[in-house]
Amino acid sequence: MNKLFILFSGLFFSMRVNAQNNVEMADVMRSNGKIYTVVAVCLTILIGLFIYVFTIDRKVSRLEKENSTK
Amino acid sequence: MKKNWWKILSFLLLAYTIIAGFLLDVPHLPILNETIRNLYFHVCMWFGMMILFSISFVYSINYLRGFNYRNDIFATNFAAVGSLFGILGYLTGVLWVNVTWITDQNQSLGSVLKEPKLIGAAIALLIYGAYFVLRGSFNDIDKRARISAVYNIFAFAMLFPSIWIIPRIVGSLHPGSPGSDSGNPALDKKDLDDAMRIVFYPAVIGWTLLGVWIATIKIRIDIIKNKNIINE
Repeated sequence: MNKLFILFSGLFFSMRVNAQNNVEMADVMRSNGKIYTVVAVCLTILIGLFIYVFTIDRKVSRLEKENSTK
Repeated sequence: MKKNWWKILSFLLLAYTIIAGFLLDVPHLPILNETIRNLYFHVCMWFGMMILFSISFVYSINYLRGFNYRNDIFATNFAAVGSLFGILGYLTGVLWVNVTWITDQNQSLGSVLKEPKLIGAAIALLIYGAYFVLRGSFNDIDKRARISAVYNIFAFAMLFPSIWIIPRIVGSLHPGSPGSDSGNPALDKKDLDDAMRIVFYPAVIGWTLLGVWIATIKIRIDIIKNKNIINE
């Protein structure tokens, strides 16, 4: 029990030390006021929108084909 | 796939708009601050709207020249997507007003509501709204197509006076009004920073192509629906 406590408190302590040392490891998403996160969010929305429009486009193409063969 | 290159171009341009639009350096101006980047989104909505309405106008004229129902379908759907862009432009403008004119420039709500460009844009959008009301009120397809095509031409004739000419004459909070030192923002060499130009023009093209894509999908659906009355 005591050993576990020491282990966890040690872990906790090391995490706090990490936070205090402000270790940044290739953390692109947090740099520059986290603007890259905004860019990523917007790109995700854009990609989602385009995939959606593209599938509608495909559906209409299929409908057109079915209609012309009738 | 060869015919779809412009759809991919649209995506690439918009992806470029978001990446370059958020990350490239922009002029540091008071009041505007980072909201100057709205140029790539808010202003592009209006430019896209004008281009889509222009396309709609051309198809309405084409309809009146030969009474081909196909042209009527094209004109309506371009006008519909144009209106969508206009509404989006309005909504984004509301957000922008809040953090610049009202809070930072200390404009009263009254002076913002009197802003001629807002009124002009509202008039233009309402005129196009009436276009759809007019279309909906006909049962006869031929009559609907003819009268709405004529109306569309008048609506387009009112578009540029109400959103460009009148605000420039009476003075406006938007750039380009008399009293402010800008002449023709967005197009004039001295009114738009070159760093913004390299994002702004691709952005306009990208947003417009997206609008055209959505319009063509709507058009194709309408053509399938009305297959029996379109004579090709």
